[in-house]
Amino acid sequence: MIRKILPHPHLTLLLTLVWLLLANAYTINSLVFGLLMGLVIPWITAPYWPDRPIIRNLPKIIEYILIVFYDILVSNIVVARIVLFLPNSKLQPAWVTVPLDLHEPEAITVLAGTITMTPGTLTAEVSADGHSLLVHCLHAPDPDGVRDDIKARYEARLKEIFE
Amino acid sequence: MELFWEIVISALLVIGGFFGLVGSFGLVKLPDPMTRLHAPTKAATLGVGATLIASMVWFGVYKDDLTLHELMITIFIFLTAPISAHFIAKANIFRDWKQDQLPPPAGNGNWAVHEVESDTSAEELQEAEVSQKS
Repeated sequence: MIRKILPHPHLTLLLTLVWLLLANAYTINSLVFGLLMGLVIPWITAPYWPDRPIIRNLPKIIEYILIVFYDILVSNIVVARIVLFLPNSKLQPAWVTVPLDLHEPEAITVLAGTITMTPGTLTAEVSADGHSLLVHCLHAPDPDGVRDDIKARYEARLKEIFE
Repeated sequence: MELFWEIVISALLVIGGFFGLVGSFGLVKLPDPMTRLHAPTKAATLGVGATLIASMVWFGVYKDDLTLHELMITIFIFLTAPISAHFIAKANIFRDWKQDQLPPPAGNGNWAVHEVESDTSAEELQEAEVSQKS
């Protein structure tokens, strides 16, 4: 019964919170409306996520988010430095194949997004069988190092969170 | 104390403006479409982020009003920037990169753009182009 009304309790909570923040008014009025949305949207969109992964490891998730935020900060400075000071003739762009150990589509999506937001790398493509990502590097004298870095820093952590 | 907050807000705004400028400059300076994609997805995030934090601090200090919907903007940017970058990259690979110019994926198979059985195959598009010209 509860499963039927609340197919996705976390999503309900998140939607209510997002609505409160967007409305920017912490009143009963917006709370009720937010809850309404939080109940209706998961119910309507339920067919789109038939098997969703179970995520339990909250400290790991927080650790991952903090690491990614730190890397975004660093990556901005690195990319700014390349744009401003590195002449185009010395730029070494490279394509890198990252073989994936992750299987859940959600986990791969998070990894692809993280790669795009972090230093000098950008996810361009996924292979047809879904087992590798094609990553473009802005300036990579050592493409293999980039791949190992991605696997050790992000993929290993995502594996702990999702599997 | 007033002065301190003014310095903090100004510094954040200057940082935001600087990184926004670098992101735009990168679009002009970098040599090809794939490298150009890097400038706006990265340098611009910090630019927007710093400006939003400045806005939060200003409202918090001068209006005594804690606003958090700047946080929402940040989250939406972090969610949408990689996706639009991915789309642009995919379109670019489809137009300008031959299969043998890219490293092969691990295992069997191909990159999704070069897979003939994907929704719109390269041949279909070529046929459409030919029929448009004739």
